[in-house]
Amino acid sequence: MLARLVGLLAALTIALSWGAVAVAAPGAGPVTGAGDTAPVTTASMLPLQQTEAPDDAEETQQPEEPAELLRGTLRGPDRQPLSGLTITVTRDGEEVGSTVTDDQGQWEVGLPGPGTYAVGYDPAELPEGVVPREEGGEQLQGVVVRPGAAQGVIFQLAGDGEGEGVPGGGSGAGAAGPTLLSKVAQLLVEGIKFGAIIAITSVGLSLVFGTTRLINFAHGEFVTIGAVVAFFASTGGPLPLVLGAVVAIAFAAALAGGLELSVWRPMRRRSTGLIQMFIVAIGLSLVLRHLVLVVFGSRRRQYDEFTLQPAWDLGLVRITPRDLVITVLAFLVMVLVAVMLQRTRTGKAMRAVNDNQDLARASGIDVERVVMVVWLVGGGLAGLGGVLYGLTQAIYPEMGFTLLLLMFAGVILGGIGSAYGAMIGSLAIGVISQLSTLWFPASLQFMWALLAMILVLLFRPQGILGRRERIG
Amino acid sequence: MSADQATPREEPEDLVHQRAELVEEEARLQHEAPSEGASRAARALADVAAEPGVPKPDPILVVEDLTRSFGGVKAVQVDHVEVQRGTITAVIGPNGAGKSTFFNLVTGFDRPDSGRWRFDGADITGRPAYRIAGSGMVRTFQLTKALMRLTTLENVMLGATGQRGERLLTAPLRFLWRGQEDQVRQRADALLERFRLTHMRDEFAGTMSGGQRKLLEMARALMVRPSLVMLDEPMAGVNPALTQSLLGHIQGLRDEGTTVVLVEHDMDVIMAISDWIVVMAEGRVIAEGRPDDIRRNKAVIDAYLGTRRELKEDDGEH
Amino acid sequence: MDLLAILSNSVRGAFGPEAAIYALAAIGLNIHFGYTGLLNFGQVGFMLVGAYGTAVPVVAWGWPLWAGVLVGVLCAVLLALLLGFPTLRLRGDYLAIATIAAAEVLRYLYRSSWAEPLTGGVFGLKQFAGGFYAFNPYSGPLDLGWLTFSPRALWVMTVGWGAAFLAAGLVALLIHSPWGRVLRSVREDEQAARSLGKNVFAYKMQSLVLGGVMGALAGALIGINSQALNPDSFMPIITFYLWTIMILGGASRVLAPIVGSVVFWFLLTFLDSALRQAIGTGLVPASVLVASDIGAVRFAAVGLGLMLLMMFRPAGLMGDQKELRLDVR
Ligand SMILES: Nc1ncnc2c1ncn2[C@@H]1O[C@H](COP(=O)(O)OP(=O)(O)OP(=O)(O)O)[C@@H](O)[C@H]1O
Ligand SMILES: [Mg+2]
Repeated sequence: MLARLVGLLAALTIALSWGAVAVAAPGAGPVTGAGDTAPVTTASMLPLQQTEAPDDAEETQQPEEPAELLRGTLRGPDRQPLSGLTITVTRDGEEVGSTVTDDQGQWEVGLPGPGTYAVGYDPAELPEGVVPREEGGEQLQGVVVRPGAAQGVIFQLAGDGEGEGVPGGGSGAGAAGPTLLSKVAQLLVEGIKFGAIIAITSVGLSLVFGTTRLINFAHGEFVTIGAVVAFFASTGGPLPLVLGAVVAIAFAAALAGGLELSVWRPMRRRSTGLIQMFIVAIGLSLVLRHLVLVVFGSRRRQYDEFTLQPAWDLGLVRITPRDLVITVLAFLVMVLVAVMLQRTRTGKAMRAVNDNQDLARASGIDVERVVMVVWLVGGGLAGLGGVLYGLTQAIYPEMGFTLLLLMFAGVILGGIGSAYGAMIGSLAIGVISQLSTLWFPASLQFMWALLAMILVLLFRPQGILGRRERIG
Repeated sequence: MSADQATPREEPEDLVHQRAELVEEEARLQHEAPSEGASRAARALADVAAEPGVPKPDPILVVEDLTRSFGGVKAVQVDHVEVQRGTITAVIGPNGAGKSTFFNLVTGFDRPDSGRWRFDGADITGRPAYRIAGSGMVRTFQLTKALMRLTTLENVMLGATGQRGERLLTAPLRFLWRGQEDQVRQRADALLERFRLTHMRDEFAGTMSGGQRKLLEMARALMVRPSLVMLDEPMAGVNPALTQSLLGHIQGLRDEGTTVVLVEHDMDVIMAISDWIVVMAEGRVIAEGRPDDIRRNKAVIDAYLGTRRELKEDDGEH
Repeated sequence: MDLLAILSNSVRGAFGPEAAIYALAAIGLNIHFGYTGLLNFGQVGFMLVGAYGTAVPVVAWGWPLWAGVLVGVLCAVLLALLLGFPTLRLRGDYLAIATIAAAEVLRYLYRSSWAEPLTGGVFGLKQFAGGFYAFNPYSGPLDLGWLTFSPRALWVMTVGWGAAFLAAGLVALLIHSPWGRVLRSVREDEQAARSLGKNVFAYKMQSLVLGGVMGALAGALIGINSQALNPDSFMPIITFYLWTIMILGGASRVLAPIVGSVVFWFLLTFLDSALRQAIGTGLVPASVLVASDIGAVRFAAVGLGLMLLMMFRPAGLMGDQKELRLDVR
């Protein structure tokens, strides 16, 4: 009992001790050895009020010194907040800070002092169908900030077509406005990219469930932690992002393995009930998520590499090289997982354990080892998924949880307990959530994905690839 | 899970003997002075031919074209089978023959791929399990389902039907159901007494042994006052002395007019108490008949009985 | 460190309006999980519809507050039916995921631009509970020297704790009736209950509705207490708070949610004030924690508490360890 407690604490201190280092880093100003622009971005980010502090107002008090800052809320023509847009502030052509709008569309950039600034966002990041109300409205020049002031900035946006005289401006290179076909094609591309990212994260969730019957509610945290580790290793540290991603994968895998050793295996040994384990997983997810929150802060941030890429125009669709690479990479990983499951000894053993644990054990498979491999693979994939998601959207402590619900949706859609089902279901979820923005507000896109899951539960609870539930 | 099933095989040798003796005794008594119910059943089935799917004079359960497969395995493929009212009908067959699946299907706990069945004249195909139970066909499970964190008494009281206090709106108003509750408790106590569980009355059912759970489950099923009770291996894991009194109870039920269908692997028990036997193998009914017919049936001996030493000696055939 | 201040804060937290409200919602959850075995991880969804059901009619149509509360309760009944029909037939863990997803769907919906005319979208609703405070019988604060409650807080507490104890009393009556017996049998083994002729689905549905209504009443009180509603204050984490409260008290004990809530809020406020003081006095250096991290530390502590409870004392404070060992699922 004591040993288990110690093990658990050890697993948690992995996260904590790494956290302590990281806390010191941004606070201490520019990180030695890093490039010259990156630390400025990081250091200039002031803690914004927490977006989630559900039950008490005390949380919102900000203990920071009065300083000049620029802030605003970005809302689309439908008054919906626009999140994930990068806002860049410059003075005399030099960047003094940038940030990303949070899920309320709010943003805030600290300034080095009073003066005149220019603020802008990248119109390419606007959702489909939204453009600046006036041509060139994405850049505001001559914003005067008086000493100690928090100057509000308003960007005016309009729906595509309703803007007054925007001949081809803002909405992309295509001279004519996007046809329905190209809109659908564009959203399909986005959806497949998003779905592929969900897919590689949900494989682990599905495999862990298949081999241990545990619904690992903390799976989303591997995603967040992967993204955050890569951030501190690359943007906040010395490595290029590609290497940072490798570190992140290793870290997430190690964390998953460590938790298996210190929490899950001992609990299985005691034949703890599944419900009990499920609740422990929820507790674990709360712990991990909020440790990340302490370490990383509640702001949405972005990697400083591969941002602001010009998109390639492929006729019907536009895609940035970054997104193309991400999509291809994710599919490659899926193929690798499939090959592993079909061809390798370990993969076959995984499927055997998935089908029938007792039978697998009886036929000489080392179930504990297989479960360990499942955790390592699943954790690593989740970490990679976190980096990819961070690249396409933003890095923030809630990202794993948001993704977790979509993973569940994917896993259930595809058929619980089937790794291939999880992949196919996740792709479907990605496409559904993107296509929904064709008709519905973008802020509801996850809602449709979750509704799709509930509908599947209603009509085909075994999912697309799942087997009919055994009874009795 | 498998612990329940494993218990009988672990019985010490002398207990097995003891049990055999008791069962023989029972059979002898039966033979000499058949109970009223037994002779009634024998009369009713006297003219029925011993062949699979044969119609009965007064069937309480009629099953037609019932099939259920799991993946490639055809677990149940019953063309036609009838159960005579007021008899003890045994269903026998090797492991995996589809007996439990058959039970699951007719009691609504599993959905068949095809088939229809009538109970007490009414077509109950596809009805939900609780309504089938409510209409008087109650089953027990091969793997007992004790309600662990309810006391033994509560387990049995749960079986009573038509309890006024089971409705949400009347439940908080104790005075509306207190009288009925007392009656239910009395009946439950009587059943516990009958199954020798009185000493466990206020213990959680989860603390019971496997055999005790079998008894509890039977008591609980009887609390429903079923007209047809389907018992899936009720004797597995029950000690010899109790086995005999269980046999007595089962016969008593029949004598009171309840129809009993039971699955049992102990051939001595089967031969001693059943009025009619249905033999299943690989999902099909391969034979039907009185115990004597079955004992002589070539197909049955090949498929099932052939492995039983005692019976071979008994019959001197084969 | 001012220990007295910390303690007085903690006691205020333990008996304050939040503790009462969470106790009420946890009593509902206890009906779901503790007595019926339903893995409802979307209790916050019931609170959301209860809160908005109460506020919207008042703000949008000028109805009296009591009518709003009634609407909130009806919304919860409707939600339970909508949610229950597809999901109650499913295995327990599917239910958990479906309910948490449903609660999130509701939150997205209530904050969307579609709903904005009624719910105020992301801006929420304010100042709708005047009808409640008009009946406040307290004219002065309760002053114990080291601890004061404003008349306003006293009034919410009176109603909140009153509702919680009424709910607990109702649960006690129900659970010791034959209805409660069926409910508990469903928790133990659905198939067995079915084999005895019990309509398991109907009982689960009744349980979902009843517990959901209690959640909705708690939601209504949240709105009344803060006089401001925002969909984003109904995050899934509230449900996890409720689970911690229920398990801390001891699931399937009538008074457990009340005891659990008092202890939970005591500990939580204690941690909060102690940390605040430690940071304020420099005992915890700013390089380790700053005041804005306290919220996160608090949530992490709840998570850790939930984990440790579940691993080492799943029966909670009042539960019967012996009984729990029988739970083999
Ligand atoms: N839920 C299930 N999923 C898959 N196959 C099943 C399932 N239930 C039963 N089967 C298969 O159906 C066949 C019949 O099983 P059943 O349990 O009805 O046999 P039985 O006659 O009761 O055997 P026993 O005497 O061992 O209790 C077996 O081959 C079994 O493997
Ligand atoms: Mg069987």
